[in-house]
Amino acid sequence: MKELFRRAPKAFTPGEQTRDQDTPDNMWVKCPSCGDLTYYKQLRDNLKVCKCGHHMRLSAVEWQGLFDSESFTEEDGDIAPLDPLNFVSPKDNYAQKLRDSQLHTGLYDAMISGNASIMGQGLQVTITEFEFIGGSMGSVFGEKIARAAERAYERRVPLLTINASGGARMHEGVLALMQLPKVNLTLARLGTIGMPHISLMTDPCYGGVLASYASVADIIIAEPGARIGFAGRRVIEQTIRQKLPANFQSAEFMMEHGMIDMVVPRTDLRSTLGRLLKLYTMRDADASPLPADV
Amino acid sequence: MKTPLSAWDKVQISRHVQRPRTLDYVRVLCEEYFEFHGDRRFADDAAIVAGVGRIDGQSVVIIGHQKGRDTRENMRRNFGMPKPEGYRKAMRLFHHAQKFALPVICLIDTPGADPSMESESRGQGNAIAENILVMAQLRTPIVSLVIGEGGSGGALAIGVTDRILMLEHSVYSVAAPEASAAILWRDSSKAPDAAKTMRITAQDLKDMAIVDTLIPEPEGGAHNDPDATIRRAGIAIMQSVNQLNALPTSILLDQRYQKYRVIGAIKTMPTNQSSMGEPLSFL
Repeated sequence: MKELFRRAPKAFTPGEQTRDQDTPDNMWVKCPSCGDLTYYKQLRDNLKVCKCGHHMRLSAVEWQGLFDSESFTEEDGDIAPLDPLNFVSPKDNYAQKLRDSQLHTGLYDAMISGNASIMGQGLQVTITEFEFIGGSMGSVFGEKIARAAERAYERRVPLLTINASGGARMHEGVLALMQLPKVNLTLARLGTIGMPHISLMTDPCYGGVLASYASVADIIIAEPGARIGFAGRRVIEQTIRQKLPANFQSAEFMMEHGMIDMVVPRTDLRSTLGRLLKLYTMRDADASPLPADV
Repeated sequence: MKTPLSAWDKVQISRHVQRPRTLDYVRVLCEEYFEFHGDRRFADDAAIVAGVGRIDGQSVVIIGHQKGRDTRENMRRNFGMPKPEGYRKAMRLFHHAQKFALPVICLIDTPGADPSMESESRGQGNAIAENILVMAQLRTPIVSLVIGEGGSGGALAIGVTDRILMLEHSVYSVAAPEASAAILWRDSSKAPDAAKTMRITAQDLKDMAIVDTLIPEPEGGAHNDPDATIRRAGIAIMQSVNQLNALPTSILLDQRYQKYRVIGAIKTMPTNQSSMGEPLSFL
C-alpha cells in the first residue's frame, strides 16, 4: 500500500527540457571572486570573465562557441552510463544520482564530444560537463575520449580536450579507474601519426583526468586561476596538518613548476588555438613523423 | 566450516604487517637480483624498489611498491606511497627493460600515491600519467601481481600490464576505502561500508573481467605461509611471462590495447541535446 504513495522516479527522456537554463539578460550576476555585480548579458559578451579577471566555469554547450560557427557536430552522443556496481548506500544511490544529473543537464553523462573546426582547421574535440557529478570520469567519459582519439587517428586530425573534472567517478569503482589506461592507450596510438593532443585545463582539473590524459598532452594550456592537482587541497592539508599557500595548485603555480605550457586568458583562446594548430597541420605534406618510440 | 571473509576483512589481510612484500618476493623467487636506485632527476624513493634479476633462468626487470614492517621503516618508505621520483624511477626501468628486451614484473602494494605539497609541486599527476603512457607502448611483456593493496592511480602507475594477477585476499580500488568514504560521505570511518559497496576484492575484479588470474592464499592469508604463497605466485607469473614472450611484438601491443579498450559499463540510447545554456561567442 505504501508503494502507492511513493513518487515514481521520473524517467529521463532524450531531448526533454525540464529546466529553464536561461538567465534573463538584465539579471545581475555576482562574481564569486571579487563580489562585483555584472549584467548577465555583459558577462556573456565577455565570455563569462569578470572585470577582475576571474574566469567563471562554462558549460559544455557554452564552450562550443569556441569553434567556427556551425562547425561542431556531436558524435557518440548515444553512449549512456550503467550502474555496474549496483551502487546503493544509505546516503547515496548512483542510479538516482544519474537520473537527477541527466534531468539537470539534459546529457547522459559528463562529456560531449564530436568534430569541429577552429579557423578552418578540423579537429576532434571532447568537452567535460562539470555540472554532471563534478565532471567525473566514468565509463562513458573514458569511452568518449577513447573514441575521439581513435577518430582523430583515422581522420588524421588533432585532438582538443577541454577539461573540468574532480577526478574518477567513485560510483563506478575500479571500472572508472581503468578508464585511465584505456584513454592513454588510444592517445599513444594517436601520437604515432604525429597529430597533437592539446589539453585545455579549466577550473578544476583533479585526480583521474590529471593522472591520465590531461597532463601528458603535447600542448597543455590552462585558464588563469584554474585549480590543477592530483590530490585535493583538503586531503593534503589533512596529511601535512598545515595550511597551504593561497596560490598552491593554481594554473600559475603549475606553470612555475613546469607542469603546463601556457596560461591563456579565455578571450585569447580561440586565436591561440588557431595559430597553434596551424603550426602542426600546415607542415610539409611529405614530412612524416619520426618512428614511434616510448 | 569457514565463515566467508567480508570485503573489510580482506582489506585487513591485505594490509597485514607480516604479509609478504615486494622484497620478500625478490628474496624467494630470484636467483640473482640487483636493486637500482634513483630516477636520475631528483632522488631515490624507497616506496618503490626496482631492479634487474633472474627467475627460472630468465632475466627480468622487477618493480614493486615497498611498505615497511615497523614505524621506522614505514617512515623511510612512506608507507608504500610513492612520490613522483618513485614513479620516474619505475619509468627509467621500463625504458631499461625495453632497451635490453627484458620482461617486466610489477608487484602492486600501495594505499595510493603520496598526497603532499612536495609531490604536487613535482607533478604527481604527470608522473603517473607518463608511466601509464609508457606501459601502453612498452615493447616487451609486462605482468603485474597485486600482492596487497592496489590503491588508485598510485597502483595503476606500475599496473598497466598484459596480464593482471591478484592474490586471493588482495584488493584493488579507485580510492582506498577510507578515502572513498571521505569523498562519498565525508566520513572516513565508514571505510568498511565503502569496501563492500565499491567491490574491491580480488573476486570482484575477476567477476568484472579486469583481473586474469587469482592466486590462492593459505587459510587466513599469505602471512600464514609466505614462502609457499610467493612460490605459487612465482609459477603463475612466469607462466604468463613465457606465454607473452612467445608473441610477436605487434600482437603483444594489440592485445594490450584491446585488453583495456573494452573495459567499461556503457549502453546505447537515442542521442539527446544538452540543456545547459547556449554557445558563447568566441568569434
